[in-house]
Amino acid sequence: MITEKKSIFRPFTALKYLFRRPHTFCFPFEQKPTADRYRGLHLNDREACTGCGNCADICPNQAIAMVEQPDVAPCPGKKNELPQVDYGRCCFCGLCVDICPPGSLSLARDYIHIAPSPESFLAYVPATEASGGEAFVTPPDYSIMKASLSHRLADNAGFVSEMDYSLVDFERVPMEVVPPEDRRNSFVEIVKGFSEEQARREASRCLDCGLCEDACPANMGIADYVRAIWEGDNAAAVRVFYEKNPLPSICGRVCTHKCEEACGIGRRGQPVAIRWLKRYAADSVPPERLGEILARGPAETAQKKVAIVGAGPAGLSCAYYLALAGHSATIFEALPKPGGVMRYGIPEYRLPYDALDKDIGHIQSLGVEIRCSTRVGRDVTLDGLHADFDAVFLATGFHVGRSTRVEGTDHPHVFQALDLLREITRGGDVMVGRKIVVIGGGDVAMDIARSMARLQATRYGTIHTTCCCLESEDIIPASREEIDEAREEGITVCPARGPQRVEIDAGRIRGLHTVECTSVFDEHGRFDPKLNPENKQFFEADMIVEAIGQAPDLSYVPESLDEKLAKEGRRIQVSEDLQTSLPWLFVGGDLIEGPDVIHAIANGHAAARGIASFLESKS
Amino acid sequence: MRELELYFGPQHVGMVGNFGIVLTVEGDTVVRARSNPGYLHRGFEKLMEYRTYMQNFPLVCRLNVMDPDPEEMVYAMAVEELAGLTVPPRAHYIRTIVLEMSRINSHLFWLWGFGNLLGFDTIGQWAMGDRDYFLDCFEMLCGGRVYHTYIWPGGVRRDLPDGFQDKLRAALDNLERMLPDYDEVFFNNRIFADRTRGIASFTREEAVSMGLTGANLRATGARVDVRREEPYAAYADLDFEVPTMDAGDSYSRAVVIRREIDQSISIIRQALEKMPAGPAWKKTPNPFKWRVRPGEAYAKIESARGEDGMYLVSDGSDKPRRAFVRGPSYPAAILMLEKLLEGASLSDVGHIMLSLNIAAPEVDR
Repeated sequence: MITEKKSIFRPFTALKYLFRRPHTFCFPFEQKPTADRYRGLHLNDREACTGCGNCADICPNQAIAMVEQPDVAPCPGKKNELPQVDYGRCCFCGLCVDICPPGSLSLARDYIHIAPSPESFLAYVPATEASGGEAFVTPPDYSIMKASLSHRLADNAGFVSEMDYSLVDFERVPMEVVPPEDRRNSFVEIVKGFSEEQARREASRCLDCGLCEDACPANMGIADYVRAIWEGDNAAAVRVFYEKNPLPSICGRVCTHKCEEACGIGRRGQPVAIRWLKRYAADSVPPERLGEILARGPAETAQKKVAIVGAGPAGLSCAYYLALAGHSATIFEALPKPGGVMRYGIPEYRLPYDALDKDIGHIQSLGVEIRCSTRVGRDVTLDGLHADFDAVFLATGFHVGRSTRVEGTDHPHVFQALDLLREITRGGDVMVGRKIVVIGGGDVAMDIARSMARLQATRYGTIHTTCCCLESEDIIPASREEIDEAREEGITVCPARGPQRVEIDAGRIRGLHTVECTSVFDEHGRFDPKLNPENKQFFEADMIVEAIGQAPDLSYVPESLDEKLAKEGRRIQVSEDLQTSLPWLFVGGDLIEGPDVIHAIANGHAAARGIASFLESKS
Repeated sequence: MRELELYFGPQHVGMVGNFGIVLTVEGDTVVRARSNPGYLHRGFEKLMEYRTYMQNFPLVCRLNVMDPDPEEMVYAMAVEELAGLTVPPRAHYIRTIVLEMSRINSHLFWLWGFGNLLGFDTIGQWAMGDRDYFLDCFEMLCGGRVYHTYIWPGGVRRDLPDGFQDKLRAALDNLERMLPDYDEVFFNNRIFADRTRGIASFTREEAVSMGLTGANLRATGARVDVRREEPYAAYADLDFEVPTMDAGDSYSRAVVIRREIDQSISIIRQALEKMPAGPAWKKTPNPFKWRVRPGEAYAKIESARGEDGMYLVSDGSDKPRRAFVRGPSYPAAILMLEKLLEGASLSDVGHIMLSLNIAAPEVDR
């Protein structure tokens, strides 16, 4: 740098700045546009917020507290809590925005903020009655003099969550499955399960918010066991399973996973694969180590005798927790092996028998007696059970198929899905048509369609199975993966078809006539199918299977007893503990909740608690 | 003559922050000076042991208000080394741009203070005005003007927004247009030269023995720059000079800083040209379940004040076991400043302090 002699007029060159527009401050005042990503005060989309509290957990300054909203009712996947920010602590880093799974939280684009009342400032709940519906308003003529009086606009989000830059991992660890060409002609289990590395990686996605736990009917400690799996402590995970659910190997495969539907990550991405994680941890512990890991033998108390009718999930779960409480449970099962619909309804490719035997074996190891091939109502009577036992729990489930009752369904080659599935498990001689039509679109319909397709492939080498249901593609009741896998295996799924008539020629089934179904439910959500008779379709078939729903069979309850039972409609009325109007009789499982495995397990647990307290009060 | 004790700071308009100097003066001459830090002590290093690896990222930028991005960068680099993260190439370029923007910001901020303490008001106003264009760029990039919380482990927090490159080029164009005027009124000004030449000089050996780095060391003739010797981010791919001066006085340090602004502009322009496409962040593990394998890492970079270091020790948990910050201002503010002020004129105290480009929070970690 040179310090030469300068002209006396040099300072005047600075005059040019008089004509240059200043950048920082202009007069007259102009409002400076805020950048799109500006990080101002928080905004929260109340509808989208799940109340999961991850924002409060990540905040490095503990500026966020979750505040209960008494006027909001919690529901699966949404807590009745909202974040409240203490701006004395907030440093505006925006980590809360980057961890928000549903992306409801954002930072506002306003430079200056004043909230009209302390309440709206802290909880930033827009549109309260006190504020006249408008908690966030700007004065119409914004000026720097009035800036301190301006309020935030509710829809003026600046720094918002972006999925690619979110701290939440929205993508699942992919699950390996047996390819369609290999599984088409065998009942081998389709889902291969996680390796340890995959399971720990998947478990590491969980944010521990516990939305899933509130949604789980059995209220399992999901966050705890997922954390245990992430830490590599599968034994600890198994201990958490058995606190609420004695059938983890089964649930790890066929649970209807309400938890995953509630998972906050599922709002924008793929929910944590909670079901597969449970399967991984349950499978990682060999049956002979279960007793040692759980270290919970039956309690040494005065034993009372409880009879349980039905060895399905509700009966087994009830027996397990009764055994833990020190009571002697005896299960009466009509079929040759325990498991109920889990064994005789769910095909082996979804739930292998080993998994069933492992879970049931552990329950038996606690001294639970299972009397198979003993049908109540035929081999023993309910009155007899009442006489011999201190309490009775009915958990006989739904195992009678419903019929469409359209013309021709009385033909001997029209079958009920549950009957066929039972026979397949028992290894009986099942009729396999060359062309099969399944009526129904639920999980049972997929189970029977895929089972029959496998039998067709082994017997004839080709698959010709069609599945038609009333519901349109977007509301088919079966789970999406079932439908996709069925199609991969070569099954035709035809939604929105209403069955009209089975065509029978010379005593042989020729096929099924269907018409288009335009809507299934009326505006009140009641079942009321609307058909369009113009749009006809005929499906060729020599065998038809009905899978449109199941019903209970309570014919074993003697009339004298049935008269004394209080009912709610057609359902037996029960208390919270599943006790009926007859104190010694408890009813649970599908009979109360409708068909669902995890509800049944939760029911069994609740019944065990109810029975235990009933027995205590009796003694 | 009678000795008087004077408190220069922390409540003093010429102070660099929450920092003070206790001066013992005899007339107009300083007899002794004692640096008096501690007013800003928030215990950063200890706080970091109680926060997870992600929660620490908004904290570290507070280590230097004027130049926060190198602190974020050096923390991110240390975590990346500990956890074995790879950073996408695009993120390296964005980081380079952000670091150089921060350097320009810091130098302009310094120029405001330095000019003011020498009695030059205009240059200070201009510097702060031109800095505002860069603050607008930061606001557009990350939503914050002063604390950016932008460089985080694994890359950067968001990709460049649409129109950012044009906005940044406009800010650079504006600064380049202004720089000749800066020289005219300040750097080529005889009064500036007379006030600073020969003032507060030290030799290269003295600087090295006290651990001085950055412009303070380069003003003694040492061509030392972490960007050159151990390149990080995208510096290895970019062409730049390391300006030096020989006298080691206040004047030399100011001129080195002035020349660094030119280099920063050139680096940003090159990085904008060569910027590769692709992702700007490699997703890090779930912050609630991120355990970093045991080990230790020392990362260092060239901040506006010199070598900025971060030493992290991990014991395999989700939080650092120990964090240590090597702030380049520490040796300058504690060791060198006390020595330089001995025998100095009272009217030079402020500008001597600023010629060392001290940032108080780097001292009070």
